[in-house]
Amino acid sequence: MIERRPALTVLSHLVLVLGVLIVAFPIYLTFIASTHTAQDIVQAPMSLWPGGHALDNYWAALTGTGEGGGSNAPVGRMMLVSLVCALVITVGKITISLLSAFAVVYFRFPLRGLCFWAIFVTLMLPVEVRIGPTYQVVADLGLLNTYAGLTVPLIASATATFLFRQFFLTVPDELVEASRIDGAGPMRFFIDTLVPLSATSIAALFVIQFIYGWNQYLWPLLATTSEDMYPVVIGIKRMIAGGDAAVGWNLVMATAILAMLPPALVVILMQKWFVKGLVDTEK
Amino acid sequence: MASISLRGIVKRYGSGPKATAVIHGLDAEIGEGEFVVIVGPSGCGKSTLLRMVAGLEEVSGGQIVFCTAAGERVVNEVEPAERDIAMVFQNYALYPHMSVYDNMAYGLKIAKLPKDEIRQRVEKAARILELGGLLERRPRQLSGGQRQRVAMGRAIVRQPEVFLFDEPLSNLDAKLRAQTRLEIQKLHAELGVTSLFVTHDQVEAMTLAQRMIVMNGGRMEQFGTPEAVYARPATTFVASFIGSPPMNLLTGRLGPRATFVTDAGVRLALPGAAPVAGEGERILGVRPEHLGVAHGEPAAGEARWTLKVEVVEMLGAERLVHGRLGDVDGAAAPASVVQATAPGSLFTVRLDASEHSPRAGEVLPLRVLAERLHWFDPSSQRRLDD
Repeated sequence: MIERRPALTVLSHLVLVLGVLIVAFPIYLTFIASTHTAQDIVQAPMSLWPGGHALDNYWAALTGTGEGGGSNAPVGRMMLVSLVCALVITVGKITISLLSAFAVVYFRFPLRGLCFWAIFVTLMLPVEVRIGPTYQVVADLGLLNTYAGLTVPLIASATATFLFRQFFLTVPDELVEASRIDGAGPMRFFIDTLVPLSATSIAALFVIQFIYGWNQYLWPLLATTSEDMYPVVIGIKRMIAGGDAAVGWNLVMATAILAMLPPALVVILMQKWFVKGLVDTEK
Repeated sequence: MASISLRGIVKRYGSGPKATAVIHGLDAEIGEGEFVVIVGPSGCGKSTLLRMVAGLEEVSGGQIVFCTAAGERVVNEVEPAERDIAMVFQNYALYPHMSVYDNMAYGLKIAKLPKDEIRQRVEKAARILELGGLLERRPRQLSGGQRQRVAMGRAIVRQPEVFLFDEPLSNLDAKLRAQTRLEIQKLHAELGVTSLFVTHDQVEAMTLAQRMIVMNGGRMEQFGTPEAVYARPATTFVASFIGSPPMNLLTGRLGPRATFVTDAGVRLALPGAAPVAGEGERILGVRPEHLGVAHGEPAAGEARWTLKVEVVEMLGAERLVHGRLGDVDGAAAPASVVQATAPGSLFTVRLDASEHSPRAGEVLPLRVLAERLHWFDPSSQRRLDD
């Protein structure tokens, strides 16, 4: 719909600007707070201009040399834990979903329909619902405070399996047959043809799942007790001490900014692929 | 190079009492280096048959045997890749994410051929098919005709014993189709590989085939050279399927004194004795192009019919004249004639456009030659003088 009326243009821009402000202002505030000292922040009203302690604060947060009342674990380490977890979850989810969708679509085996529906039903059972039993299992296996414990329970993904299944169903049968005549076995077909064709879907899923993995909160909260296995999202929570202890808000804010960076980077860098994966498929 | 024997091929879908058979015991011998076209209407089982030869469909009964210099080999249970075949698909089935070069080289790479040889073979195929400048392109950057050639290139580089074509021309426009038809013929002359070509287009079948299999309803109706299929169709189905416009088929009875009485009661004079003597039910066939406008007195072996013209179609070089046949007495008003294949349809004559320009309502005298008539048995629908 294209209309050329100046009043409408002004109005629509006003709405857009308002929207941006509502979303952006808290982030701006977070950034401002991360550049002041802890004392400056608690003074009312807080300054809305950047202070001069940005480098000190970020360095202190990354290395864990701050003096807040809560946890003072180094954020650098937490970022690493988060990154590893997010990547393992993302890559694991994509790999397993690709393989299970491949099995469901291209192989005829007994109970195939049941398998598919079993996977599909787990859509209704997110981590939060099954968190008790999952914790029991992970604890009994001695996986608390390990990368495996943080990632494996989150890897199975009905959504991704379903997405790939739908994509595979649109791949023409002749391609499978041409591969068979060319002498490619099932795995060869999967790796040489199916995976490259799914590249855009994989990219879109990568973005979504990376953010999902990075932003995990509830599960790491249960599955980690030691500071050196905290993902950064948990780290922020632990830095805010309860009770009367002074909170190093400047460091909390710096950590929050740091925690926002990797997902933002992934979205920015993979934006083109992400949109392509959602919009068109190369066939 | 291989010859192929199909021995009692049966294809059933499903199992037990609910199974439906789509091919009912088909036998055919395809010679070494022969180009055989399988033609038939959609749903007649022609693609299924080809896919069974390729190994993409299981064979429910019978044997597919490839005979090569190395001996006979029953391939029923052999994987497609090990049958030494190459197939060109209707929608080409090119790998969209690979370049033209990789598309052609893929099968060879899997067969673990040395890199130099792969390059040599692909380049040779590209030269034959004039794909030289396109090797780095992706399939979606190519036109339909170019994709089709890549699909053929992919088949050629494998240097197979047998080429299988599954309606490869049906996605091309008319002009390109005619051109590609010639290319395929040239290619076959050059490589001499045994080829099976499936199509529903009788023009393609006639032009390409050395021999053709006409299929209908999962059965082979006729297997012969295009000339034989045209000149001596084995069944009424073949008679009406091959040739355009289709053969006129009239159901009726052979009467006394060389007359044929159609079911609609029109009496037609016959130019000679019917091939199978005696009175009785017959189907009489005559091709639209084998009738002419009569002049003067009838010669020996010639009879006169009359056609009351209803519709005339101008095709350029020819006119198709549709109308109803008149009774032998001529004086009577033309009675309606029912064709065997399509009840109620009109009798068709194909005339040279420059010589005749009949109008609707005109009564046209037709010249009928004895050797141009085809006789079929109405109960079996088979040709009577075979």
